[in-house]
Amino acid sequence: MIGIINYGAGNIFSLTAALDRLKVEYGMVNTKADLEKYSHIIIPGVGHAGAAMEKLKGTGLIEAIKKLSKPVLGICVGMQLITEHSEEGDAALLSIVPVRTKKFNKSLNIKIPHMGWNAVHPKNNSLFEGVEDNTQFYFVHSYFIEYNPTFDIASANYGLKFSAAVQKDNFYGVQFHPEKSGKAGEQILKNFSNLN
Amino acid sequence: MLSKRIIPCLDVKDGRTVKGVNFVDLRDAGDPVELAAQYAQQGADELVFLDITATHERRKTMIEMVKSVARQLNIPFTIGGGITELADAEALLNAGADKISINSAAVRNPKLIEELAKAFGVQFVVLAVDTKFVDGRNMVHLNGGRLITELETENWIKQAEDLGAGEILLTSMDHDGTKAGFDCGLLHKVNQMINIPIIASGGAGNMDHFTEVFQKANVDAALAASVFHYGEILIPDLKQELKRNQIPVRI
Repeated sequence: MIGIINYGAGNIFSLTAALDRLKVEYGMVNTKADLEKYSHIIIPGVGHAGAAMEKLKGTGLIEAIKKLSKPVLGICVGMQLITEHSEEGDAALLSIVPVRTKKFNKSLNIKIPHMGWNAVHPKNNSLFEGVEDNTQFYFVHSYFIEYNPTFDIASANYGLKFSAAVQKDNFYGVQFHPEKSGKAGEQILKNFSNLN
Repeated sequence: MLSKRIIPCLDVKDGRTVKGVNFVDLRDAGDPVELAAQYAQQGADELVFLDITATHERRKTMIEMVKSVARQLNIPFTIGGGITELADAEALLNAGADKISINSAAVRNPKLIEELAKAFGVQFVVLAVDTKFVDGRNMVHLNGGRLITELETENWIKQAEDLGAGEILLTSMDHDGTKAGFDCGLLHKVNQMINIPIIASGGAGNMDHFTEVFQKANVDAALAASVFHYGEILIPDLKQELKRNQIPVRI
């Protein structure tokens, strides 16, 4: 059963709707004790990474999240939170995955936000089980996670190569929105819920 | 590479879709949820719902519809029509809408764009602009093109980008309903000026028009209503055609 960190950073209706469609059970994590109730944890998030970090601090859950040994999945800003630092609000983040979150540079001749469906190139990883190379996922973001071959499990290109998904130990993050990415996105959520 | 998006637009009145939709295998053509699911199935990249309800009860009905759509739909969707304040937008966000589109409320109160962007992020705020060519200038119009404003389209869009609009939905009233093609000239001009995504709207009549607008104006997305609703253009065919013309699409 999946526990969703409930820290007020953005709307989670679409995420819970996707889990409902997949018949994956879930509940909300409000306290440290709640973290024990679930086998898998999702950190959702939209909006401003710095502001999201402040909200997460407000829950008092940070140390407990960092110590988790069960599968954890950060989505969009939730993924950025598990990195070291974001240029958005010059914010120090959870530092679970030693990579940085940077702003897209419009001098690369790209529009910002990066909005829409883009091809993803997964490596051989359980989270992307059954997902072919070049499958498209739905992205909406102005900040990206720098590509690092050690932690990257799926890359994408938008002006430059960046990480569409990362992993370190039991911590996973996806920059795209699986709950809005059609069947491929549902596959990711299903795969996550099946991780040991 | 980022795909060019194809966006069907649905008019909604009192929680029901209107404009004789003509899909053969729909049980209920007025049910926004069934129609949305059908479009998602066909490969639409995104949907826009435009609320044209005039009654006071509209907000409640719309929220319920948005929730039902969000429960079923696995692609993003935008809600437009009658959004005048932060509370309207927040209710739609909490009901599962990915973006909201604002039009006349932003013209009357441009600060609304800024407030919405600050509260919910620029990615949530689509500025819809209805434009018409009058005396040699592109002028912003309201009320579906019936009411001219003092705003010049190019200036207004630039201002909106500066205020925090995350995307522009530009409808040419001169082309809308003509089925003679998008206003590629204006779209190209506006696209050159801004650094946020732009959706072309108004004038789609056949598949070549989509190829043309992506090739000539390099817009990020193209929106249409009747050609999709009446089955004149099927989305899978359109995507194949665009792909043949080397336009990046999601198949």
